[in-house]
Amino acid sequence: MATANTSAYVDGYPEVVSLLCGQSLPWLQQQRADALLQLTTHGFPSLRDEDWRYTNVSAIDKKHYGVALKSASVAIDSDWLKTYQLADAWSLVLIDGYFSAELSNLNGLPEGVTVVSLAQAMQDTHYSALIEGRLNSAVESTENGFVALNGAYFVDGALIYISSKQVLAKPIQVLHIATQELAAINTRTLIVADELSEAQLIETFAGLDCAYLSVAVAEVFVGQNAAVTLHKVQVESDKALHFGGTYVKQARDARFRHDNFALGGLLARSDVHTDLEQASECELNGLYLGVKRQQIDNHTRINHLKPHGISRQLYKGVLDDKARGVFQGRVVVAEDAQKTDSQMNNRNLLLSNDAEADTKPQLEIYADDVKCAHGVTVGQLDEKSIFYLQSRCVDEETARNMLTFAFANEMVDKVKIKSLHDLILGQVLTRFPQEGINKEWL
Amino acid sequence: MLSIKNLHVSVGDKPILKGINLEIKPGEIHAIMGPNGSGKSTLSHILSGKSGYTVTEGSATYQGKDLLEMPPEIRAREGVFLAFQYPVEIPGVSNVYLLKAALNSIRKHHGQSEVDAMDFLTLVKGKVRLLEMDEKFLYRAVNEGFSGGEKKRNEILQMAILEPKLCILDETDSGLDIDALKIVSEGVNSLRSSGRSFVMVTHYQRLLDYIKPDFVHVLAHGQIVKSGGAELALELEEKGYSWLEDAEASA
Ligand SMILES: Nc1ncnc2c1ncn2[C@@H]1O[C@H](COP(=O)(O)OP(=O)(O)OP(=O)(O)O)[C@@H](O)[C@H]1O
Ligand SMILES: [Mg+2]
Repeated sequence: MATANTSAYVDGYPEVVSLLCGQSLPWLQQQRADALLQLTTHGFPSLRDEDWRYTNVSAIDKKHYGVALKSASVAIDSDWLKTYQLADAWSLVLIDGYFSAELSNLNGLPEGVTVVSLAQAMQDTHYSALIEGRLNSAVESTENGFVALNGAYFVDGALIYISSKQVLAKPIQVLHIATQELAAINTRTLIVADELSEAQLIETFAGLDCAYLSVAVAEVFVGQNAAVTLHKVQVESDKALHFGGTYVKQARDARFRHDNFALGGLLARSDVHTDLEQASECELNGLYLGVKRQQIDNHTRINHLKPHGISRQLYKGVLDDKARGVFQGRVVVAEDAQKTDSQMNNRNLLLSNDAEADTKPQLEIYADDVKCAHGVTVGQLDEKSIFYLQSRCVDEETARNMLTFAFANEMVDKVKIKSLHDLILGQVLTRFPQEGINKEWL
Repeated sequence: MLSIKNLHVSVGDKPILKGINLEIKPGEIHAIMGPNGSGKSTLSHILSGKSGYTVTEGSATYQGKDLLEMPPEIRAREGVFLAFQYPVEIPGVSNVYLLKAALNSIRKHHGQSEVDAMDFLTLVKGKVRLLEMDEKFLYRAVNEGFSGGEKKRNEILQMAILEPKLCILDETDSGLDIDALKIVSEGVNSLRSSGRSFVMVTHYQRLLDYIKPDFVHVLAHGQIVKSGGAELALELEEKGYSWLEDAEASA
């Protein structure tokens, strides 16, 4: 199987260097050079890579994606934007990867909380200490070709800092909007939540109806005894390719929750990795819906490094038509991580004979006193349940819709921010394979 | 109301019902008893339209219509109600929503408008009280995490709200303690009317102390081997089924 070609991205690099942020930072220049070298020598991942055996990325060869220029962005309808931008959150908006001050809403951030364009922050020595040493430390460009591409190419992104003991009154949203046909959009997000802070964060990925390549890497540092919930709402255009990675470092007693809604894109892959120190906890939830020829892949990796960590994972997939869904979840319990308590679950609902779900939970346990469980299911709707609903006057099609929707809604219901819940519910309802889904079923 | 004639039903190649004949008139209560595996649930299922069975011979006519031709939801809207022996859990669909959807589809089927939200709640809450249930059950997912007894009560709650014409109760009394049995029986008795018929599948004559049947039938090996009045249940309790099965074998 041929490997997707990186030469356009490697050869074209000198032309775009001037667009990239952080020009004045020598350490960053070095990291970018390393990343480019990594991309040059190792290329994009192929099916031969164990972590990519279900993800065929050759689709990126079919079109030539060029780095988006800020000046080429298409104007956005404000009503359209409102469907994705939460009114009751602070929001930082990136258009084709570049920060838009006009569209962002960052008024009234409390003292001790920073939400700023990463490109701007890199020009301001005030933020140096936050960025240097952290950027590219939760993930390295050796992770995979897309992280390398991103490391070489990112033009902007977000820096979010929550100082110790801050408990955020409102969520913070980073809203990624793609507007350009054939744009390659590389963004980087750096989130630092200091000791004892609490925050609800949202990353939303949406785009106009065009084909583009979105590569987004987020690094999250959750401080000691801090609690961070990060929601990822991926509703890219149905022609888009999305490669998104979230790489988390949890300090001692830190709590991290990730709610991952993967609804859009032609080929969309999401990686969530987290490292747990002593007694830290993570909860990774996911819902992926695939229709037509969509391929939606989710990969998680949880590294229990120290004792008493807790991890919980529940990913659910609904796949119709010829869609394909992948869940690869890996939990690694280090020798030192005694008393680890880990559960991983993946449930898939196939609505058509041509839909496919590949699921591969992996446990690697090097400690001897741990509690680890995993379970996967791939199945169809339960005929007994359908008959029960029919015997209560519900026609068969509606019964199927109700059961399918109820299956997916378990994940939507976990979202406690009302406006976000409604946004996600709306997206699930419009993208849902069946028509006639009724909100009242809740 | 319901006329079953020479009904033969198989699952795959296996014959289960082998020539059932049963006439049920409006207002009547029929109890069906019989050993485990004799086909009682199969009969309940075939009447309510569960798939997976093949009718090889015979007919079932409900209110002059061919019952076996109708999809399950149409039967339900026409007034056939099955209280399941094993009610199904439906995570994610709330009890109250299902009740409302069911009631409205019955009304629509009869050309009536949707039920008013306030009237609906009043109706539902009244029935919840009748069955001495906690209102919280309304807002929980259908049967999810309910105890066995709670599930059975929930079936009767649905029945009380939907007001069917032909109520088929498949072992609704099994697993109920005496207090719950009394409550459920009162619920059923409150629904008795000249236009409504009941088919009660049960193993226990105790139920029949509370809901007095007009007829008792014994189903064994897929056939009705004996029919009688309420007193037959007492006789069965005393003697078991073997004397009937023996009689059948020697006949
Ligand atoms: N789907 C099926 N496939 C194969 N056999 C079946 C199926 N459904 C029912 N049967 C068989 O048909 C026979 C009758 O079953 P049924 O459930 O109707 O009995 P029942 O009288 O209700 O028993 P019980 O008193 O235990 O509830 C049994 O032998 C059962 O194993
Ligand atoms: Mg039975």
